[in-house]
Amino acid sequence: MKEVSQLQTRYEYGGDEFIFVQLSEAMSLEANFKGMAITRKLKEANLEGVYDICPSNASYMVRFDPEIIAPQALLEKLQQIERDLGGLDEITITSRLVDVPVYFNDPWTHEALMRFRDRHQAPDSTDLEYSAKINGYANTDDFIEAITSAPFLVSMIGFVPGLPWCFQMVRQEKQIEVPKYVRPRTFTPERAFGFGGAFSVIYPVQGAGGYQLYGIAPAPIYQKEQTLFDFQDSIVFPKQGDIFRYRSIHADEYQAIREQVEDGSFVYHKKEIRFTPGEVLSDLEAFAERALRRLYHD
Amino acid sequence: MINVKKPGLQTTVQDRGRIGYYEIGMPPSGAMDKYAFTVANLLVGNDPNAAVLEITYLGPVLEFGKAMKISLTGGEIPPRINGQPVPMWTTLEVREGDQLSFDFVKGGARVYLAIEGGIAVPLIMGSRSTYTLIGIGGFEGRAVAEGDVIYTADMRKKEIPVGTRIDPDLIPAYSKTHEIRVVVGLCSYRLTEESKQTFLDTEWTVTPEANRTGYRHRGEKLHFVEREQPFGAGSNPSNVTDLGYPIGSIQVPDGVEPIVLLHDAVTGGGYATIATVISSDLDRMAQVKTNEKVRFVSVSLEEALEARRTVKQKLGVIAQFIEIGM
Repeated sequence: MKEVSQLQTRYEYGGDEFIFVQLSEAMSLEANFKGMAITRKLKEANLEGVYDICPSNASYMVRFDPEIIAPQALLEKLQQIERDLGGLDEITITSRLVDVPVYFNDPWTHEALMRFRDRHQAPDSTDLEYSAKINGYANTDDFIEAITSAPFLVSMIGFVPGLPWCFQMVRQEKQIEVPKYVRPRTFTPERAFGFGGAFSVIYPVQGAGGYQLYGIAPAPIYQKEQTLFDFQDSIVFPKQGDIFRYRSIHADEYQAIREQVEDGSFVYHKKEIRFTPGEVLSDLEAFAERALRRLYHD
Repeated sequence: MINVKKPGLQTTVQDRGRIGYYEIGMPPSGAMDKYAFTVANLLVGNDPNAAVLEITYLGPVLEFGKAMKISLTGGEIPPRINGQPVPMWTTLEVREGDQLSFDFVKGGARVYLAIEGGIAVPLIMGSRSTYTLIGIGGFEGRAVAEGDVIYTADMRKKEIPVGTRIDPDLIPAYSKTHEIRVVVGLCSYRLTEESKQTFLDTEWTVTPEANRTGYRHRGEKLHFVEREQPFGAGSNPSNVTDLGYPIGSIQVPDGVEPIVLLHDAVTGGGYATIATVISSDLDRMAQVKTNEKVRFVSVSLEEALEARRTVKQKLGVIAQFIEIGM
């Protein structure tokens, strides 16, 4: 049974400009859907003096100007939205389903992870081999199959611009969990696909990082030049609430997509999907099947 | 135009910041000491959001290509024009060919140089502020470098007489020990009661890791309440399920070395946040240097709002004084 402390919403002031709302201490799809529903309602309310509405994994945060909206009044408004929310069956969420190709076991992330073996739990294996083993998979192919067979919810954006935290939409006992590196790497290639805790990420830019590295995405998730179709409105592609399906690709498709990115013709394959958190949570396998059918066959 | 002869340690273009993009992981950037920034623009009659140069620790050498009014505010990095000392917090006039240089820092950490009309660089997502991590804003997303040429924009609103000076009572004093006010909260329940007290009782020493992304402090070890970690949180007791970090929030990875996150910081992550520096003291944090001492003082939200009003009132007095002239 869950502890009471994990189910109680906590409202906290972050100085005089922020309110932080923790919906749950533990990560769950329920908590994320709830945060998504509240923050979308708050956006619709279009309150004057509210500058930032940031949904995160199992919490959310609001930045405001206390001279325009009193902190107490805003806090009460947030509480009211939570009270009026209704059950998870009554909320309809519209999300983008996105096909996200990933080249697993690619030469670039392989080179990077081999350079930092002394910072890893298992210096004698690769990140994929290690992660497959500790999650009970016979080999890395089965492990990659587990990652690619069910979609991931983009549960939070942040750390650096555009970085999507993705949480797989499977039952908790099927969730992959891996530790971060013992000591972080000083180098990670741009667009590397990694995993840490219960979350997968794509690194928007080259930099330090501590997540296990499995592959590389050919398509960018951050483009400051904004020349690609998917970046016309924003320099980052992922949006909180997106549903990503990671599709395993080989070197030739990786190369082909890279060429499309370079010549400016690349467009993410995506579809819109509507669902209630209730229907998703009641049968995750059925939802995964429906999502993949919608993405590739509808 | 202004020619950059020497760039200084870290001289960046900043304005009020890139507001409203936190949800995509974009920190606001912007001037670290908003009080000094605001006064600098007032002294040259600029729009309040005109871009200025933020100068850190070691000043640049700049040569002016035409006559213009300038002002220098913030920490004491004593300025000289053609080798002669000039006052800070004052409307100055430079002529074509004049050179601005700086002595070693005496107090504080950051100086703001406003030029009449503001600095002309492209607006990126509503701001001219430099954010070096991904290379946007300011000069090609980086600190200014030798050989850069700075052009002036047309954001001057008023003509301010040369020699206009701020009342010394309204100029902040910069010491080497700092009391920074915080609102304790967020995930402070994760600390033991004893460690909450230790956090407030300790005189922390600022480490060399002190820059626009954050300030790291050395002192006592803090302890978190033992528990079985919730699903999704990391294995360290200082870990929580990844969440958003307010600007000014304080985290203590593994219980050692509290980090105050500032204007260029990461927007979220998996460490428990235990308190937030109040907005008016973010300005004061900007003037703290490595090896100086910081004590965190717990205040209520009401006290934080009162401090905010006090700052606003001071800026109102300065604006009014400049408006009506000397």
